[in-house]
Amino acid sequence: MSFADSFLNLRVAVEHGPKIIEGMGVTVVLAGCVIATGLAAGLGLAVLRALGVRPLNWLIIFVVDLFRAVPPLVVIVLLYFGLPAAGMALNGFVAAWLALSLVLMAFAEEIFWAGITTLPKGQWEASRALGLRFAPTFFLVVLPQAVRIVIPPLVNRTIAITKGTALASVVAVPEILGAAQAGVSFSFNPTPLTLAALAYLALFLPVVVLGRWVERRWHVR
Amino acid sequence: MFADAFLNTEILREAWPILLDGLGRTALLSALVVPLGLLGGLILALLSLTRRRWLRWGVAVWVDVFRALPPLVLLVVVYAGLPFAGVEVSAWQAVATGFFLNTGAYYGEILRAGIASVPKGQMEAARSLGLSRPHALALVVLPQAVRNVLPDLVSNTLEVVKLTSLAAVVALPELLFQARQAQSVTYNATPIVAAAVIYFLLLWPFVRMLSRLENRQLASRR
Repeated sequence: MSFADSFLNLRVAVEHGPKIIEGMGVTVVLAGCVIATGLAAGLGLAVLRALGVRPLNWLIIFVVDLFRAVPPLVVIVLLYFGLPAAGMALNGFVAAWLALSLVLMAFAEEIFWAGITTLPKGQWEASRALGLRFAPTFFLVVLPQAVRIVIPPLVNRTIAITKGTALASVVAVPEILGAAQAGVSFSFNPTPLTLAALAYLALFLPVVVLGRWVERRWHVR
Repeated sequence: MFADAFLNTEILREAWPILLDGLGRTALLSALVVPLGLLGGLILALLSLTRRRWLRWGVAVWVDVFRALPPLVLLVVVYAGLPFAGVEVSAWQAVATGFFLNTGAYYGEILRAGIASVPKGQMEAARSLGLSRPHALALVVLPQAVRNVLPDLVSNTLEVVKLTSLAAVVALPELLFQARQAQSVTYNATPIVAAAVIYFLLLWPFVRMLSRLENRQLASRR
């Protein structure tokens, strides 16, 4: 059998291509959910941390450090295989979504917080001197500038964690990689894996190039 | 009830030797893939310094392609795909290959940015003092480049160590794999919780250090 017959077999590609395309849909939906909840939760924690309540901040720092230190796959496995022991069975999609959201939340909080703290104190003082209270100062003056500063690291971190959607294949989610692995065991041919690699490139190559562009454009990192 | 399922000391005592065995392999794996990735990254960064445009382009495409492919996809393609080409790969070989490609691309991009951040005058001054180009690069430019991107290098290394957990997918008995084994034998989640705690305790100091490094870097850029 030639190389092309095994890695780019037209018959297998036609048969399993549609499943991979469906898998792309699942990957995009999962990624979208993770980005939405992860970034929102990260921003929420950073805002809470700005209130400066000591015990609350310790808790936030602990949670953030926890999900920065533990590998995402471990979190997914824990939620998927562990929670049923507590009588709470999650399906694979929800487990992966929750786990990756928590991880993105942690990294995003850290990045937002870095942006907030590195903003010069004068910004706070000037707005307070103009008569703005804490909330308007924070939301109208500090936060918009902080978010601008941290866009490049935030974009790159979000891309890296979004690629973690492939981990969902471990908990039986039929996203690209999961669909491809099923295809390989059905057809006993590696063509679905080739298609999967191409599908990931189609989705993530533009995103990686975008990340590079954002980095250059914002000049920070 | 909760403690029985998640923090069961009896199960923990039983699973402990297996977990330790897995931890040892995770350490070994990290000691293998971090230098391998650094080596790949250094090669890519040095290649991108060439004056040959096609080679520079080639390196840029290589780096972007392997940054775009999720590491697990690379790992599965190598492990499950190569045997079809008549190349039998062990789990260790598959992990080493996949990580070399993936983390090499990341380290390469970081080191390239580091080298680019060193002013040209440094190279010129070193050359005018009589150092050969390789010497100037190794003794003058690279040390400054590494210092400039140290937080990124540390952060990437932390990510690489965390990524070694992917090896569980190809049945390499590292920490996560052993925890899963113990969990499926005992029908109890304690071993996985224990694995998570072990990862956390081992990597926490690095996370703390990193957060300090990153804040300092961000502050210095304002």
